[in-house]
Amino acid sequence: MEHNDMELMICLASRYLEDNSIVVVGTGAPCAAAMLAQMIYSPRLMIMFEAGGIGPLLPSMPISVGDSRTFYRALVASSMPEVMETCQRGLVDYTFLGGAQIDQYGNINSTLIGSDYQKPKVRFPGSGGANDLASFCWKTMMITPQDPKRFTEKIDFITSPGYLSGPGAREEAGLPPGSGPYKVITNLCVIGFDEETKRMKVESIHPGITREKIIENTGFELLWSDNLTESDPPTDEELKYLREEVDPYRYLIGRA
Amino acid sequence: MEVVALDNYMKFDEVRNVAYRPTGVGKIFTDPDADKAREYFRDEKPRKLVEKVSSVEQVVKELINDGDYVGIGGFGANRTPVAILHEIVRQKKKNLGLAGHTATHDFQILVAGNCINRCDVAYIVGLEARGLSKIARKAVQSGEIELCEWTNAALTWRYKAAAMGVSFLPVRCMLGTDTEKYSAAVEMKCPFTDAKYLAVPALYPDVGIIHVHRADVYGNCHIDGIMVADHDLARASRRLIITTERLIPNEFIRRNPASTVIPYYLVDAVVEVPFGGYPGNMAYEYFSDEEHLREWLKAEGDDDTMAEFLERHIYGVKDFNGYLDTIGGLKRLQELRIQENLLEK
Repeated sequence: MEHNDMELMICLASRYLEDNSIVVVGTGAPCAAAMLAQMIYSPRLMIMFEAGGIGPLLPSMPISVGDSRTFYRALVASSMPEVMETCQRGLVDYTFLGGAQIDQYGNINSTLIGSDYQKPKVRFPGSGGANDLASFCWKTMMITPQDPKRFTEKIDFITSPGYLSGPGAREEAGLPPGSGPYKVITNLCVIGFDEETKRMKVESIHPGITREKIIENTGFELLWSDNLTESDPPTDEELKYLREEVDPYRYLIGRA
Repeated sequence: MEVVALDNYMKFDEVRNVAYRPTGVGKIFTDPDADKAREYFRDEKPRKLVEKVSSVEQVVKELINDGDYVGIGGFGANRTPVAILHEIVRQKKKNLGLAGHTATHDFQILVAGNCINRCDVAYIVGLEARGLSKIARKAVQSGEIELCEWTNAALTWRYKAAAMGVSFLPVRCMLGTDTEKYSAAVEMKCPFTDAKYLAVPALYPDVGIIHVHRADVYGNCHIDGIMVADHDLARASRRLIITTERLIPNEFIRRNPASTVIPYYLVDAVVEVPFGGYPGNMAYEYFSDEEHLREWLKAEGDDDTMAEFLERHIYGVKDFNGYLDTIGGLKRLQELRIQENLLEK
């Protein structure tokens, strides 16, 4: 079935969320991926929101991670400390982050562009809960368009930790061992992280996309998996649920 | 309240004879000293079970001073005490400090009124999925608001430290990042395991402002749905202003004691403000007015349009009921109530 980039990224992301695991999501594509996963692959996936919503039966995608949809028919309407402490305790498997810039170690900038902290060229919202989730959740994923401005050698501000400066750096900084970036899902490919160097490594390339195009759209040197495959395109079932149940008003998938 | 400069903060360290120094370069805006806070709570916090019902105009006049550091309940545009924020703007309060704990529409309102000059940042200038605020961005990029960087969890736990009555808590976020570098946090070693932690200082706001679903005249409060960080904010605040959708008899509190999330002895004043979280979302009551929030964001594109917008909705009306009249009154609010309860597809 025909599909756009946003639909492709959401469908691919949904396949990584295992049944009976816990994911903290924000608004937008991550929430759509989690909802889709629940409908098709992982009916017992537990969705949490950082403001306190735990296990809602989402009637539609929330506008805010604290709006009433995030605890609609939920198991618990809790609090931010409750959710953040659950993450810090090591009970949360997955989270999704986004940002303006990302480097080869999966460090993310959502704070500013420029070099003067008090007078930046462009100010973005900042961490919100992103740094916390990137520090605590076992596996961090990103859903993001890929271009050389966004995928850059040096980001202006490390808002949320990826693998920082490489192997061992998270542990040295005091972050919980065994946590960190897991997958980056873009409009061109799916990227994982090399076990040894902790650098981004392309795992599968989307249909119709060339290696050259991926290189052109990346501001640093990528590693390539020995078992490089072609990404499986969205199934008819995924697209049907995504379009009819998850995002019927096309707020998200209409934007691509 | 004076702003505590970084060098003063380091002096606190010397007094206590500890070896470490702030690793962050940020300034700490509030005094984390738990003993000073205890003295304040002993001497200034009202213990009497007396009626504390007041008006929006009066509480802003009497309980919020220029220069105060303010903590706002709810979550950006969810259960936010908007009536008080508008009144702060109308009374032209100046040089306020703010805990920017997912500060979205609340930040936007205070920036529109030029009310803040310093901010502990977890999340500012954006309205989540709705987009970014141009005026908030401009104010921050010009450097007119002094910032110190944190995260949502860090600010939540700073409130929690204050609520516990201790001057800091060890946490495991922010480590290794520029978010840590531009904060005022201190790295420390666990005395039991040698693990590295980040110490975040207790945050005692001069004034906490929280909008709740129900309160009695003494200030005993119910909140329906998520608490966000308000359990701790209520306990951390030197002064606490409550606005409530409705006042309820004390008998209702006594019949449901498990539902009381903020007890009266934390509260300095209670104001009944129906629809007091509008245009934000109030769980089980009304959904956010997305059209109005869009209109606000659009008005920010042009100075004259923005001035006109603020005149129409804030400066030119007498009070919050006047504001509600400008957005379509009860008819619009009824639509939002139907939306909130998903009674119409």
